[in-house]
Amino acid sequence: MKVNDLAKEFGLDVKTGLSHLDREVTGGYVSDLLSDVLAHADEGNLWVTLHIHQNIVAVASHKDLSAIVLVQGRQPEKDTLNKAEEEHIPILVTNLSAFELVGRLYKAGLRGVEAHQG
Amino acid sequence: MAEQGKEFEMHDRITKIQELVYELTVGEVMSSTVYTVKPDQTMVELRRIMRDKRISGAPVVERGKLVGMISIEGLIKALSDGDMAAPIRAKMTKSVVCLYADERLVDGIALFAKHGYTRYPVLDRNDDLVGIITKGNIVEGLLKKLEIEYQQTETAARNEHQRSSMKMFFEGLSADEISFAFTYRVAGQTLQGAGNAASDLKHALKKLGVCAPLLRRIGVATYEAEINLATYTQGGEIRAHVEKWGIKVEAIDNGPGIPDVELAMQPGYSTAPEWVRKLGFGAGMGLSNIQKCSDEMELKSSVPDGTRLTMRFYYLN
Repeated sequence: MKVNDLAKEFGLDVKTGLSHLDREVTGGYVSDLLSDVLAHADEGNLWVTLHIHQNIVAVASHKDLSAIVLVQGRQPEKDTLNKAEEEHIPILVTNLSAFELVGRLYKAGLRGVEAHQG
Repeated sequence: MAEQGKEFEMHDRITKIQELVYELTVGEVMSSTVYTVKPDQTMVELRRIMRDKRISGAPVVERGKLVGMISIEGLIKALSDGDMAAPIRAKMTKSVVCLYADERLVDGIALFAKHGYTRYPVLDRNDDLVGIITKGNIVEGLLKKLEIEYQQTETAARNEHQRSSMKMFFEGLSADEISFAFTYRVAGQTLQGAGNAASDLKHALKKLGVCAPLLRRIGVATYEAEINLATYTQGGEIRAHVEKWGIKVEAIDNGPGIPDVELAMQPGYSTAPEWVRKLGFGAGMGLSNIQKCSDEMELKSSVPDGTRLTMRFYYLN
């Protein structure tokens, strides 16, 4: 599944990164603790969060994530969009809550890492 | 634990094949060279065709459309009945099970299991015969696809190897001491722009040829260290040294210092102020993340003079 496929399937609003939507999504991660994402998200994961500030782009870039999805219709800050453009990280927005979105993504076959050690 | 590991490996391999049978279509693995016969030809002619073309069965086609299948079993039966003058029409199987070229291979495999025939004609959506598929074609198709994926992984691994040649770079130089140093200043008490040092350093190291996995570890650890500088101090510096043995990154500040380093190292312990927590930081995971990402980590602090965090990352062999 590519970021593009998920955007179409789940009506995600692409805020930035239109030309980087062809990345393969390796799985998903949900967290609003940035260190947690840094510690546990995997390369190519789709990250679901409610944060809209520019630090999310740095986190996504360091972990080489495929895209960030903001929940509950939250709009990214301008700095965040600029930074995302620079770092080639797509940012998408859904009106759904994190729980609802993730439930649907899971049903569509997307998975998270099952267990982390430590 | 070892047993479990094995099981996972098995599981992985099975899913790879499962993936492929969903990915590939019947059309991609079928053989598109098909020798067909006509229903009015005799069984004697069939025997000659089978012998000349070295095939053990053929679709029977009349005016471009598939009307039946005839196989070596039908031929043997005709031989033993002494009925070789009969037309193929009289001996062929008329209820033919077909596959469409755009069907997933997984459906094809299901059909093999269900009917037990050895070959199935493949049609396009106009019902024109476009190929034939046997178990041999399926195995061959899967092997080819696996081989392609294997080669792609190999190429990727080779590229990775070439890029991780920092060691060789240093070996080619002669000096008593060599190192590249990068210094980034980090503002304190604000998270605006925090993370720039880590991402700039990452880009610089990438240009020097540091390989991706190492780069990712350095990026994450440096980012956490930078966030700590921005959150808890009046500002400080990130200093990176690219050395023969690996890369050393230091985060240095001028206070206020950490009163209890051991406590600060505990996962989940945090003294982060509310404004930091609101931004999703301050979960007490930073230092343990740094420890996980680096090969060696040293944290020295004194109140109120300041803190020096040293992280070492070794080149991969």
